[in-house]
Amino acid sequence: MSAAERKHEFVDVLRRQQIEEGLAADRRLDGRKANETRELSIEVGPVVKANGSALVRLGNTAVMVGVKILQGTPFPDTPDQGVLTVNADVLPISSPYEEPGPPDEDTIELARVVDRGIRESHMVDMKELAVEPGKKVYAVFVDVAVLDVDGNLFDATSYAAVTALASARFKKVSVKDGEVVQMEEMVKLPVSTIPVSVTAGKVGEFLFLDPTGTEEAVMEARMTTTFDSEDNLCATQKGGEGFFTPEEVLRQMEVARAKAKEIRAKIKEAVKNAGKE
Amino acid sequence: MTELINARNIRIDGRKLDELRPIKLKVGVLNNADGSAYIEWGRNKIMAAVYGPKECHPKHKMLADRALLKCRYHMTPFSVDDRKPPQPSRREVELSKIIREALAPAILLEEFPRTAIEIYVEVLQSDGGSRVASITAASAALADAGIPMRDLVVGCAVGKVAGKIVADLNDTEDKEGDVDLPVACMPNLNLVTLLQSDGAMSKEDFEEAFKMALEKCRYVYDLQRQALLEGYTPQKEDE
Repeated sequence: MSAAERKHEFVDVLRRQQIEEGLAADRRLDGRKANETRELSIEVGPVVKANGSALVRLGNTAVMVGVKILQGTPFPDTPDQGVLTVNADVLPISSPYEEPGPPDEDTIELARVVDRGIRESHMVDMKELAVEPGKKVYAVFVDVAVLDVDGNLFDATSYAAVTALASARFKKVSVKDGEVVQMEEMVKLPVSTIPVSVTAGKVGEFLFLDPTGTEEAVMEARMTTTFDSEDNLCATQKGGEGFFTPEEVLRQMEVARAKAKEIRAKIKEAVKNAGKE
Repeated sequence: MTELINARNIRIDGRKLDELRPIKLKVGVLNNADGSAYIEWGRNKIMAAVYGPKECHPKHKMLADRALLKCRYHMTPFSVDDRKPPQPSRREVELSKIIREALAPAILLEEFPRTAIEIYVEVLQSDGGSRVASITAASAALADAGIPMRDLVVGCAVGKVAGKIVADLNDTEDKEGDVDLPVACMPNLNLVTLLQSDGAMSKEDFEEAFKMALEKCRYVYDLQRQALLEGYTPQKEDE
């Protein structure tokens, strides 16, 4: 049954007070303003055995994503579409609070929110990924390995997954006389838009972007919003045992929309530069 | 494909754009639970039970300054068109978490340190919007259990179907529509405790849908309040 696990570092009362006072003065523990995100570095293609991969560092949080493109069978309700799965693993190397074992509710939520951002933005045209409608399609596996945890896994994972998909290459197959023939040419996935997630935390009456691990340990609520390349909202997820006022929701939407644009430019640049090599 | 909304702005089940499906809510429906509620919302049939405050198991999860809130959203194998395997799916694990997080802000957990409060939601038959129906029923069950709360919690989903913003999507609209936006709130305090969305929405779409969701929550709240009042009004014997 689902109950809140204590997976955060211990933050004492004085530190909590310091965080709140800092937010009131728009200066966070690491010197950032409320609407500043941490340094983002994107390495494209660190794993050559994967069809696409990325290593993203967002401050001290590090996430690696590998994309494998295989052949599979379609779901009965979408016989003419490929299949996409996002699976996340917060590895035991990533934090003293993690241990090996089946994914807990936080990890499942992480995978599902990142999945929704990709799926609902229609980033990958799944209809292009049918080989033989109803029989054989491409199955895109997005596997997330969280390596180091310092808050905001949602955004770091989203950027890594999107980068890995946008840079993925694979060999198409065709079916001739019942036999599968693999083409020689490497092609890109049919990617049309770059969904970008932006997460805010809330402490008291203050909202701030890209929370660190320490901030996550004290924050009451979280809001993750994902925007596509046309600046449309395509996925939202509120988390945490707190609340937002309707005004906070509307204000945060616009802060996040602007930030998503900035980060999308960085992801596009990283993918483009990697393509040149 | 079927036409989801016709030229006269009537939806496939005959509703107007902002019309909710029929909702029936009753509290005190289970004998053993400390609090319970049953909701029918469209074709959703959902039972919620609350146990506690009670001893916290396992003990290492006990919290020194408040009650531990536990929640399980579960769908019976026969609740959907296909058979749903009885073990919790990833979707059910996520919904258990977000339902818990939607209800937690309302409960005075700090009144019951070192205890646990358990919320069980069983979907007997599912339709679109089962999470917001679950929250509405579970909040009524918490009130029925006599657990002190800052406000009741109610939910309602709004979405975009065939280019139009509509309230309370049914199963078909949920599957074939463009957007689903479930919202839950504490209506008297005007605070949002659950917000999710999937599907592309412009700024204007979102603002319209979000406003509609909060309005409809208010309507659901009136029904919920009525159900609680009825649950505690002595019934005449000759009826």
